[in-house]
Amino acid sequence: MSNPSSQRHPPRLAARFLHWFLRDDLAEEVSGDLWEHYQQKFHAAGRLRANLGYWYQVLNYLRPFAIRSFVISFFMGMFKQNLKISFRHLRRKASLTWINLGGLALGMMATLLIALWIHDEFTYNRQFKHHDRIAMTMQNQQFGDHIRTWNSQAMQLAPALRDQYGRYFDEVVTTSYSGRHQFSWQDKKIIRSGNFAEPGIVNLLSLHLLAGDATALQDPTSILVSTTTAKAIFGDEDPLGQPMSIDNRMQVKVAGIYEDLPYNSSFNEWTFIAPWELLSTTENYRDRVGWGNSWFQVLVLLRSGIGLEEASSAIRNVKKNNIEAEYAARTQPQIFLHPMPKWRLYGQFKEGINTGGRIQYLRTFALIGLFILLLACINFMNLSTAQAETRAREVGIRKTIGSRKNQLVGQFLSESFLTVILSFVLAMLLIRLCLPLFNQVTDKQVQLPWGSPFFWLISACFILITTMLAGSYPAFYLSSFRPIRVLGALKKPKGIFSLRRVLVTLQFAVSVAMMIGTLVIIRQINYAKDRPVGYTQDNIITVPIKSPEIMKHYEAVKRDLLQTGAVQAVAASDVKMTSTYTTNSGFYWEGKDPDFSEEFRTLRATYGFGDLVEWQMVEGRDFSEEYGTDSLAFILNETAVKYMNLEHPINTRVQWGRDEDARQFHVIGVVKDMITTSPFEEVHPMIYVLHYGSFIHYLNIRLRPESGAHQALTAIEQVVNHYDPDNLFEYQFFDQEYARKFSDEEKLVKITSYFALLTLFISCIGLLGITTLVLEQRRKEIGMRKILGASQQQLWLLLSSEFLGLVVIACFLAVPISYYYMHSWLQHFNYHTLLSWWIFSLAGLAVVAITLITVSIQTLRAAWQHPVQSLQSN
Amino acid sequence: MSDQRLGEFEEIILLLVGILADEAYAFHIGETYTRQTGKSSSIGAIHSTLSRLEQKGFLKSLHSDPTPVRGGRRKRIYRITALGQRALTASRQLRQSLWNQFPGFSDLSFHHE
Repeated sequence: MSNPSSQRHPPRLAARFLHWFLRDDLAEEVSGDLWEHYQQKFHAAGRLRANLGYWYQVLNYLRPFAIRSFVISFFMGMFKQNLKISFRHLRRKASLTWINLGGLALGMMATLLIALWIHDEFTYNRQFKHHDRIAMTMQNQQFGDHIRTWNSQAMQLAPALRDQYGRYFDEVVTTSYSGRHQFSWQDKKIIRSGNFAEPGIVNLLSLHLLAGDATALQDPTSILVSTTTAKAIFGDEDPLGQPMSIDNRMQVKVAGIYEDLPYNSSFNEWTFIAPWELLSTTENYRDRVGWGNSWFQVLVLLRSGIGLEEASSAIRNVKKNNIEAEYAARTQPQIFLHPMPKWRLYGQFKEGINTGGRIQYLRTFALIGLFILLLACINFMNLSTAQAETRAREVGIRKTIGSRKNQLVGQFLSESFLTVILSFVLAMLLIRLCLPLFNQVTDKQVQLPWGSPFFWLISACFILITTMLAGSYPAFYLSSFRPIRVLGALKKPKGIFSLRRVLVTLQFAVSVAMMIGTLVIIRQINYAKDRPVGYTQDNIITVPIKSPEIMKHYEAVKRDLLQTGAVQAVAASDVKMTSTYTTNSGFYWEGKDPDFSEEFRTLRATYGFGDLVEWQMVEGRDFSEEYGTDSLAFILNETAVKYMNLEHPINTRVQWGRDEDARQFHVIGVVKDMITTSPFEEVHPMIYVLHYGSFIHYLNIRLRPESGAHQALTAIEQVVNHYDPDNLFEYQFFDQEYARKFSDEEKLVKITSYFALLTLFISCIGLLGITTLVLEQRRKEIGMRKILGASQQQLWLLLSSEFLGLVVIACFLAVPISYYYMHSWLQHFNYHTLLSWWIFSLAGLAVVAITLITVSIQTLRAAWQHPVQSLQSN
Repeated sequence: MSDQRLGEFEEIILLLVGILADEAYAFHIGETYTRQTGKSSSIGAIHSTLSRLEQKGFLKSLHSDPTPVRGGRRKRIYRITALGQRALTASRQLRQSLWNQFPGFSDLSFHHE
């Protein structure tokens, strides 16, 4: 004090707080220590830092050894008293407690699961050090009246970006798409998925190398493998320097091992990275692949300080400026950047503009999660307020003997706190049980982050909010009762009853809406599943061709396969019939509008393909070996005929290509439209053409139904291995491939139906609780009615109708909301079902029936009860 | 009978008390701890450890004379007891014996020279 410039006072409030909780015998030394600390800090860092530091030190004295005993007992005593009463109360109403607990726990479980899911989606691709600077190049192209967007690029793009726009990027990397490749090491053969990429990928992904050399990819004979891949191939041997071959065509040495890339990232299939140069040389890309072949992806790492928009608009015309003027004018290619954090959730483009994507599902489910929690809280509020009459006396007496209002609020809040805590524990147990199933359905690897303090902080907030949400209304409502009123003649608190009605109605409206949603999704899937595919899928397998030997000896392979006796037909093709994603343009025919920028799907196949898949000819004929000219023949589908605006398609001449590459084809037949891509989309214009060359990638084999699949597959494997002994035999069934096209939607159905059932269940639990209470209150009334001659049916109807009415109102509320929502959902699909009225009535009826059953459990018991029992006063 | 084991943090604090001798009070121990280890610790955490060590009988304490730097308040000065001395020696002997058996020991000591 004598020297105010050197002696500053610590914040008074903090000092007072310290003295309030600190043991007296420590007061002097502690305040001395903190004083000294404050002075020192003040001189070193100024007032603000010193004040903050002082608060920090004070709060750090909140330790058991230093706190006055009365402070502990003050809190513990109040809390203990409240807890004891709460426990007693909860035990007395055991069944209601279970209803409350169960409902709340289920609600919390659902909300937490959804939260975990959303968290997982939002952390997707975020583990990479440079994730905010990584982007993927995309391109928009004009096709007829439409702009189409895709993420594949020509191999010429990356060099062009590096040369002309190098100042925007730290790295520009061409990579292949993830594919499955066979590794042979010593006698071991193993198939792993991975990518070929330029050396910059190591820096771009900030790859964590555990061993070896980060610059390895500059040597085209080196390869980097993930730890899992290394383990799978080499077991316990040291992988570094081991020589192996990829697909029996490329020789590499292991030059480095990197830590597995995270599962919830777009790079989870990158279990090895081989040099791009190696692939490019082996496939001879340099000579045969041009700007028109968008077969690869190009990733960029933006230079720090460069904005995405800036770089994106700068490179817009990079392709246009580098290709022929005619091609550029026709397709109007525009290159742009799509940032890594948006890949997962905003992956949808329509007419060149980003229209969201998964984020819409995420929003919906976030809403559902909140709703479910809200429902569970509503249950809690309902049950608490419904007990108002029973508790009113208690409140009255407590107030009369001197309880203050905030003490009562504390009592009720600690009661709900207790319930919430117990439910939370229960919810955690449930999540532990459900998580494997949940992960399976959503194809995720979500874990409860037990060790993360952030998780516990969030959980604590969650518990607190739920306590307030569920407990505040009953707490403030009940504690505001005037003792004179509640202790005197009991009057039903009217207002509360109508609120309860609103809440129950709201609850059921949500249930009905979710049920309608689920039904619509199921119907949409079935609608697409029932869509005639137009060809046979039974007993057909595709076998990828991995060695040129197979096509070199195609006729012999075919003969040997047929001779096994298990095979009915064989034909080869360039793509799978179930996913014809190859597109081609550059077709010219008589009557074509010169400005028409066309795009066809093409499928190249050998003779006999049509018979194998049993396609149906509408006009003309199939490819046939009897005609020598069929190698220049086209078969179109019906959509293609319409697309090309042909009146008489047969014998139409079509030129494919320009100048010296041009070849003249003629149409020999038209087949019925078939679903060869997504069953939810329109059929694309297709061209089928004969081919025996290097494009062929698959053997299509139709098995004889009478021979067992297992035997047939063994026989086929023997034949294929005879011609290609070096590669592992693989196959896929047509129908299974096709069924996989529905997996996303089926996942959605599973999730929504689980949650719909959950909401319905929670609502029913709540309803059960309410009926129990209401009937208890009306026990005497029911007894009187019985004595006065009411029949059991009449009573049942009287008691049930009240609740039924609410549910019917709920249905009417739910229908327009769900109609609006599901209608817009269906618009995502080109081929979609209509919303028919019976879906809404089915959902409504189901909910009404379930309500009736729930309510009847209680109402029937009340109606059957002997009036003598119910009229006895307890 | 209180727990007679010595945790790592406790051991460091005990050593610091020995080093600081007459200046071994909570604030100063905390300062020295931060300076020597590079880790920060609140005075409360140090104090709590000191009082635990005192309960175990490894430390005893007495009040100093009041100083004007602290606004006229006294400090609590800690001293190591014979029991604390013994616990430190035992802990050191254990480590010494383990280090002697450690195969890489000779290499490591060579490296330091």
